[in-house]
Amino acid sequence: MDRDPTVCVMGEDVGHYGGSYKVTKGLATKYGDLRVLDTPIAENSFTGMGIGAAMTGLRPIVEGMNMGFLLLAYNQISNNCGMLHYTSGGQFKIPIVIRGPGGVGRQLGAEHSQRLESYFQSIPGLQMVACSTPYNAKGLMKAAIRSDNPVVLFEHVLLYNLKERIPDEEYVLCLEEAEMVRPGEHVTILTYSRMRYHVMQAAKTLVNKGYDPEVIDIRSLKPFDLYTIGNSIKKTHRVLIVEECMRTGGIGASLRAAIIDNFWDYLDAPVMCLSSQDVPTPYAGTLEEWTVVQPAQIVTAVEQICK
Amino acid sequence: MSAFTAVKVLASGPFAGRSSSGDKAAASAWIGSSSCRILRPFHPHQPFSSVSSSSPSILRPIQAVSSSDVLSSKIEPNSPLSNLLITREEALDLYEDMVLGRSFEDMCAQMYYRGKMFGFVHLYNGQEAVSTGFIRLLKKEDSVVSTYRDHVHALSKGVPARAVMAELFGKATGCCRGQGGSMHMFSAEHNLLGGFAFIGEGIPVATGAAFTSRYRREVLKEANCDYVTLAFFGDGTCNNGQFFECLNMAALWKLPIIFVVENNLWAIGMSHLRATSDPEIWKKGPAFGMPGFHVDGMDVLKVREVAKEAIGRARRGEGPTLVECETYRFRGHSLADPDELRNPDEKARYAARDPIVALKKYVIEHNLATESDLKAIEKKIDEVIEEAVEFADASPPPPRSQLLENVFADPRGFGIGPDGKYRCEDPGFTQGTAEV
Repeated sequence: MDRDPTVCVMGEDVGHYGGSYKVTKGLATKYGDLRVLDTPIAENSFTGMGIGAAMTGLRPIVEGMNMGFLLLAYNQISNNCGMLHYTSGGQFKIPIVIRGPGGVGRQLGAEHSQRLESYFQSIPGLQMVACSTPYNAKGLMKAAIRSDNPVVLFEHVLLYNLKERIPDEEYVLCLEEAEMVRPGEHVTILTYSRMRYHVMQAAKTLVNKGYDPEVIDIRSLKPFDLYTIGNSIKKTHRVLIVEECMRTGGIGASLRAAIIDNFWDYLDAPVMCLSSQDVPTPYAGTLEEWTVVQPAQIVTAVEQICK
Repeated sequence: MSAFTAVKVLASGPFAGRSSSGDKAAASAWIGSSSCRILRPFHPHQPFSSVSSSSPSILRPIQAVSSSDVLSSKIEPNSPLSNLLITREEALDLYEDMVLGRSFEDMCAQMYYRGKMFGFVHLYNGQEAVSTGFIRLLKKEDSVVSTYRDHVHALSKGVPARAVMAELFGKATGCCRGQGGSMHMFSAEHNLLGGFAFIGEGIPVATGAAFTSRYRREVLKEANCDYVTLAFFGDGTCNNGQFFECLNMAALWKLPIIFVVENNLWAIGMSHLRATSDPEIWKKGPAFGMPGFHVDGMDVLKVREVAKEAIGRARRGEGPTLVECETYRFRGHSLADPDELRNPDEKARYAARDPIVALKKYVIEHNLATESDLKAIEKKIDEVIEEAVEFADASPPPPRSQLLENVFADPRGFGIGPDGKYRCEDPGFTQGTAEV
């Protein structure tokens, strides 16, 4: 926001409140109420307003207080955000960033625990990235703001308290690249967002059992970084996808299809995909735990693939 | 609540005299009046009319005058109404724009039935006064947002007829390279921000453009930025959430936007009265804190006077306005609509109020131009339209290479392929044959 005065923020409680998860804390005091705009509760309209502002020269960042609320903005995100550059014959660009906390939290109930990446992935013209660490959150956010494409940046409700040492110098990550988390030889585990931590926890157990998993945080949910993913598959010949979205029509489903299309000859085992159950996330803690993939399931899956 | 009152404007003379003198105090006192207007109940077969109650806070009582009254009486050259509302140049500009709109739409119908254009085509015949009355007052930098009935808004804003026609034919020379079609007219050069197929979805975009205008003035410190945005939409849209959400935001942040309702009484086959609990749309403005106007949308001069007022408000930073234009579409909802539900009497009544005929009559009776001047304009427009059709016919359809070009502003959005190169670097990409 310092570097470029056209960058602005819009959303519910982003200004005076500092954001529902304090992501925009202090910005309104520094940049004023117009640049950090507290909107009324009208997701479809203020997202559309962000799109209109993006078309006319600004670079807005629209926050969904919880990503689930952006279901109300689906009209604008699909029709205008994704398609407008095309239907206008390339005349208008939409350099908007739509971001917010999503994913399954701690007993937040079904509607506050949604994963919209699977719903948005079909929209042509949209890029989607998911951050998972303080380092990649900053880098991807910068990249998303600077991109001329509309980018949806998925943050996770349970990851805001992570602490990490990050460089003082400015850095911008690549929106389309995946991140190698742990190189390995036996199996490629593709994951993103919070499941990365479940995978890494499972990886400790797996290492103790003598396995050597390669863990890749795909980060770019649309488009997939088929180079990083492909190189890994060519090495390990076994793939496990671990995701938090639902099984049906999820990111894993698309990723599986892409892998089969592109790397069939390199596979020694069927592509496995662990996703959340196709169940509205229950409130009860035990039930909630069983809808989401847990490290023990990841260990079992790897053992099965590597048999 | 008393700061803003919905006012119905039917008068042309007295009101026009006041606003054209640029008397800001008078105008705001008039708008700020808390007098009540006595209205006859809305009846579908009678046009709106009202009687004003004078009150001390209105400077002059507003007369209810219908366009037919104005035009039927013999106007003497030095009567009050001949402090004319427009100059000769303006009159000819308005006439030409309306004739362009009408002739273009008539040609669209012909071309559609000849199989030159396809899909859903929504024609604007009968509503020209609204487009011309508002858009001809705008600067190039002002923005217009429309709906699927957008051909004439594009033409009024300055998009060349040939570019619109080529777009309708689906040719690469169309204003959107053939990728948008009838319902998605865009022009970055003329600040036409679309062309939207879903009703209501353009209103937030217009609100965003108005937000940018305010942002440029206050954050980017561009002191001269007073650009306004017009959002056009119909009666059906006024029952949609996005309409109300944007009225709220625009009034809240005093955005320079004018919400123009083209109330043609019908949303495809749904009569406005069957869909709306309170059919008087102009009243909904004050509920959100902005003035609401109702104007005879078949009379371009009346529309223009209200438009001047609303645009002036927006430019001065006084915030948004809601203007309901009572108008009518002479044709069906689209070229596929059999138009069986509308009463022939209703159609005949509105046909008698054809805005182009009305303006012609006014211009001639006030000696602003002669028959032959107007005939010359009509002939010129005929030639423009013919040339547009020839241009569109002769233009090539989009080549395959165009398929993937405009999906992303930054084509790296298609991602990195298995070979490590960005997909957009694949030669198949520019040929339109790449798998992405």
